[in-house]
Amino acid sequence: MMEFFDEYMIVLIALLICVIMAMIRVVKGPTAPDRIVGLDTINTIVIVGMVAFGAAFSEVIYIDVAIVYALLSFISTLFIAKYLEGGSF
Amino acid sequence: MWFEFLIYILLGIGVFFNILGGVGLLRFPDVYTRLHAGTKCTTFGSIFITGSVILLGLKMWYLGSTDGSVLAIHTAGALVAILLTNPTGAHAIARAAHKSGVKPVGAVVDSLQDKSDKRTVNKKEEEK
Repeated sequence: MMEFFDEYMIVLIALLICVIMAMIRVVKGPTAPDRIVGLDTINTIVIVGMVAFGAAFSEVIYIDVAIVYALLSFISTLFIAKYLEGGSF
Repeated sequence: MWFEFLIYILLGIGVFFNILGGVGLLRFPDVYTRLHAGTKCTTFGSIFITGSVILLGLKMWYLGSTDGSVLAIHTAGALVAILLTNPTGAHAIARAAHKSGVKPVGAVVDSLQDKSDKRTVNKKEEEK
């Protein structure tokens, strides 16, 4: 059964390359919004990676974790954007 | 057999668009174009990868595993969460970048800046 799910591990390696490229942007980014764009991209790719991980090992619990991670990263992105915008909360 | 090929094709499209998003994030010159690449491409690729996982769950369910239906339904929930949260976050980031003073590279017209200028002028006239 495991050999059928091996292609999800290849997908995970490709997603890891995407995360490394976004991380280069987070380190290099000239302004603060550039870094936030990189962090947002990393969040999305990690959510998809968790879904692919759950499919690779056929464990449903990883996908529940991915849903919660999506909502929490959304809240953190909104708060950082609000902080950049200036003004009071 | 054709069902497995459909799963592979969806996975290939998803990975291709995610890698395009990463490359665009590295190569584009500007916050707004980087946001364009880093959010749109990854959302589009995520739709296809989660779609392939949903098809995998449906296939496992068809083959008689109760795990498959749970996998498909929860992955659909994750897809809905991605679709709701990702564009909203991108919009908030773009608005925050414009308000914090980052200008688009090579832009001739800045309509949002003109609008906010008009609003401040109107407010000052009302105060007078």
